Amino acid sequence: MTDPLHEKATDPKDEVASLAAHDPVAAIVRGPMPDRPPRSQWLDVWDQFKSHKGALWGGIIFLIIVLGVFIGPLFWTVEPTFIDIRARNQGPSLSHPFGTDQLGRDILARMMAGGQISVAVGMAAMLLALFLGSFVGVIAGFFKRLDGPLMRLTDLFLALPLLPLLLVMMLLFREPLNAAFGPEQGIFILIVCAIGITSWMPTARIVRGDVLALKEREFVLAARSIGTTNTKMITRHILPNVLSPIMVSATLGIANAIITESALSFLGLGFPPDFPTWGRLLFDGTDFLQQYPERVIWPGVAISLTVLSVNYLGDGLRDALDPRIRGR
Amino acid sequence: MLTFTIRRLVLAIPTLLFISLVIFLLLELAPGDPMAQVPLTVPPEVKEQMRIALGLDQPMHIRFWKWLVQFFWIEPQVLVDHVFGTSFSEGDPRVISWQTRSPVMDIVMQRIPQTLWVVGTAYVVGILIALPIGIYSAYRQYSWFDQAGTFVSMVGFSVPPFFSGVLVIVIFSVNLGWFPSIYDTTLVVDDWASFKQQLMQMVMPVMVLALQITAQISRFMRASMLDNLNQDYVRTARAKGLTEYTVVMLHVLRNSMIPVVTVIALGVPSIFGGAIITEQVFKVNGIGQLLIGAIQANDLPMVQTLAFIFAVLIVLFNLIADVLYGILDPRIRYD
Repeated sequence: MTDPLHEKATDPKDEVASLAAHDPVAAIVRGPMPDRPPRSQWLDVWDQFKSHKGALWGGIIFLIIVLGVFIGPLFWTVEPTFIDIRARNQGPSLSHPFGTDQLGRDILARMMAGGQISVAVGMAAMLLALFLGSFVGVIAGFFKRLDGPLMRLTDLFLALPLLPLLLVMMLLFREPLNAAFGPEQGIFILIVCAIGITSWMPTARIVRGDVLALKEREFVLAARSIGTTNTKMITRHILPNVLSPIMVSATLGIANAIITESALSFLGLGFPPDFPTWGRLLFDGTDFLQQYPERVIWPGVAISLTVLSVNYLGDGLRDALDPRIRGR
Repeated sequence: MLTFTIRRLVLAIPTLLFISLVIFLLLELAPGDPMAQVPLTVPPEVKEQMRIALGLDQPMHIRFWKWLVQFFWIEPQVLVDHVFGTSFSEGDPRVISWQTRSPVMDIVMQRIPQTLWVVGTAYVVGILIALPIGIYSAYRQYSWFDQAGTFVSMVGFSVPPFFSGVLVIVIFSVNLGWFPSIYDTTLVVDDWASFKQQLMQMVMPVMVLALQITAQISRFMRASMLDNLNQDYVRTARAKGLTEYTVVMLHVLRNSMIPVVTVIALGVPSIFGGAIITEQVFKVNGIGQLLIGAIQANDLPMVQTLAFIFAVLIVLFNLIADVLYGILDPRIRYD
């Protein structure tokens, strides 16, 4: 906040005084004029975000991974399920940059197909957890009567042993969902729902705290006094103001969901073997650990790099969206 | 403080009852059949007999009540009998595993030492590494040491144990051949050589777990130190002419440890949960592997009891963290 242009604009008293000395009426009509166009809040956020090198690189790498995984198959047109038994267990070469697996399937194609599922699961589970968390948080913070019960519910969920429960859910609901939606859709819905339902609690707690503080502010009182209904109040005034913690938990939520999905696949309770996800590829690769360690390393690096970049992104977003730190 | 502790203890009982109900209902309402593993050649009337033998013919609430009685009333008696040689629990039905037909708690008791050895050592090692890193990174904020520490803890957050575990196996076991890749639980430590062997096989799982613990706790330690380093009392201490060592290691560290101690307490149950994967990677024959095996074999009493034990750990350590916070920080006395 130290650039000279800005200081000039925020110093209206002198300007008014000098104008008033010449022509009092004109001064009142014109008022102090800002000497540059207004900056939106998001431009400030972007400026702060840019200055956080780790976050910028995290964002770029995450974008590259997502683009590579979704657009890559358009250029690398080998089918991930195509079996070429004569070319099995090959090392990296021009025709197979990452080599082939024990059935001669191209590992690069499988990595891209796996990445699509992993990233899609991460995004969908994050959206579900975010929706549940923001809903519970806003409702608990806004309506005093619901605060107690909802927060007790959050505490109860936090006290549940999540990984064991996830494993149990995967085991028990797999068959009926497979029967209802087909093997791929069914397991996708199951994993997304299971991760979403077990990871909304931190978001709810943070959002509730922020809503409680916002509720006491004057602009809410002003909105209330002109007759804003509760629904409008939440959508117009409360939600936009709690957007920053929600966005930060969104990034952390993606990281968490990707790791959880890979862990489930690694334990053999995730996607079936013919739908390669990164976790599943890693799990399959451990059988050939001695001979072909690179088969474990590719998916492992992909998972770690994605999560690392998302974590850095979240770190930078947290700094950029917090106006108290901005400009430091 | 005492009333607070008692109130929290009393409040923990309905919480635990509710959690046990949730776990029970999840297992109960799920459309899985515990008889699914039985071969198709077994005639239906024999299957019906097997269901009755497992107690599956009774209504749901009665089975839940039976499990509660067995877990909260009979199992503690068994423990008392075991310790004092009495016979309170003789003839009482215990929680029986469907897999092995032996009491669940006996199997859990067999498995706990392995988990405690590996996880406990990792936790202690992780904390011992994390505290100095956190203190020094905060003291020299934005130095290269701090940046490196940030990066290492970010890596610790991001690399899942099923990858770091496999990676250390590739490096230290396959390529270098220093450590065994599989944890041998039958090893009996009775002399120097077997003790060395035990140490060797513990190195890799402990390394993997300690990386994660270090990442979390060093972050908390750093943040907490940073909060305190700018406080007025630190300036006062320096103005009095105390040495820098005394200021940082006595005045600041003591105050910064308050939130860190509670975080350490809160982390204990999650370490048990997270160790499931590490145990699986290194084939440690602990509680986590028991749970995975039970889930795959559809052994519902075992799964239910183990999940509930994890829940008890979480509730218990939450309570310990709250009470510790009150004891360590006199400003926060809850009554």
